Amino acid sequence: MTPRITLAVSGRVLTQIHRDHRTAAMLLVLPCLLITLMWWMFKDSFGDPFNKFGPALLAMFPFIVMFLVTSVTTLRERSSGTLERLLAMPMGKLDFLLGYAVAFGVVAAVQALLAVTVSVGLLGLDIQGSVWLLGLVAVADAVLGSALGLFVSAFAQTEFQAVQFLPLIVFPQILLCGLFVARDTLPPVLEAVSNVLPLSYAVDAMTHLTRGTSTAEVWVDLLVVAAFAVGALGLGAATLRRRTP
Amino acid sequence: MVNNVIEVRGLTVIRDRPVLDGLDVTIGSGVTGLLGPSGCGKSTLLRSIVGVQQVAGGDVRVLGEPAGSAPLRRRIGYVTQETSVYDDLTVTENLRFFARVLGCADDEVAKAIEAVDLGSHAEAVVGRLSGGQRSRASLAVALLGSPDLLVLDEPTVGLDPVLRRDLWNLFHALADDGAAVLVSSHVMDEAERCDQLLLMRDGQILAQDTPAAIKQGAGARDVESAFLSIVEAAA
Repeated sequence: MTPRITLAVSGRVLTQIHRDHRTAAMLLVLPCLLITLMWWMFKDSFGDPFNKFGPALLAMFPFIVMFLVTSVTTLRERSSGTLERLLAMPMGKLDFLLGYAVAFGVVAAVQALLAVTVSVGLLGLDIQGSVWLLGLVAVADAVLGSALGLFVSAFAQTEFQAVQFLPLIVFPQILLCGLFVARDTLPPVLEAVSNVLPLSYAVDAMTHLTRGTSTAEVWVDLLVVAAFAVGALGLGAATLRRRTP
Repeated sequence: MVNNVIEVRGLTVIRDRPVLDGLDVTIGSGVTGLLGPSGCGKSTLLRSIVGVQQVAGGDVRVLGEPAGSAPLRRRIGYVTQETSVYDDLTVTENLRFFARVLGCADDEVAKAIEAVDLGSHAEAVVGRLSGGQRSRASLAVALLGSPDLLVLDEPTVGLDPVLRRDLWNLFHALADDGAAVLVSSHVMDEAERCDQLLLMRDGQILAQDTPAAIKQGAGARDVESAFLSIVEAAA
């Protein structure tokens, strides 16, 4: 691994996002708009459901958006020949993966900053715990989404196929993460499944942060999310081959 | 210089069927043209030399090292058949990125852009350029870091004749500076521009010599006729 090369990859990915206004808007503005939409939906409801669902949204957006963007961008790298060219150069597989992870981590940090500012500052979301820790969870989520997106891009031949991994990999995690039904009240089999899905821990961490000031559980959740992200990056590395058929 | 830059022994590549089956070839310095119809295995041979092709058997050595080994990665400039540059970046941004990956100086970027005559489009986004301009941007990346071996897979396809001539002059200038240049083409009229020719068909090397010697040996006036008479003689 060479830091110069890793940072070259990150810089290049960020320049690409900067150039593509639609993607930049999807990454930064869309989460704020959707959170606002949810706040509006619940505005006249009883029992302040926005405060109940808001944290889960803050965990889900970086994950979903980064999954989508990374799976399509890395698929483009594979099919356009740029990946083959890079791997024929002195580019380590880790340089490539971490370069992407750092770039999307930076984007996620900005995304989290905007989403939290809007949720807390404008919409009155109540956060008891540390806002910094909340940002860290969002970044870990984004890196996890990127890593999984990178991994699945190896199994898609076209961008159309890559997008289809969203319902396959992401939707079940959204359904089982505790947003709709508290995880401990799920049927036992589904609870067990939800226990091995990374998004459950991300949502858990966010929920802890909004409800209380103790950080022990949050760090455990964060560690689990980070472990999943590292595992997915490892799987992603295994799909990067210098020699292809 | 008579050093063997590339030595291929018994190279076998199987993709559903054998694409290359025990191929032996030795390639020296200067500008070598790899000519043959599409689908004959040119790209597969070039990819094996660069070390990005999964091979079923055989031995490929480049500049004395096993193909694809780490020390070779900064000594080979490679242009794939697709234009492998980023469409959403400018020419300069693309070059600067690859230059940072290779760890070469910033002034090489402008030099490479000038060498492929894209100076007037340096700040243009690659996706908006014509096909020929994009493939030149891709070629410029391969020139970064003054590689000892350039492997170019059909770099002149679809370019206008003036530009093609300029690029062939560039290849010769690079060869004069000591780089070995291996260029593939399916257009036989480019053969005359090479120092050495490899004629390839169905995964086999049919002939290897200077253009003049190949024509003389086959008693033909141009390389295309020589190719035909070699194929017919073998049949």
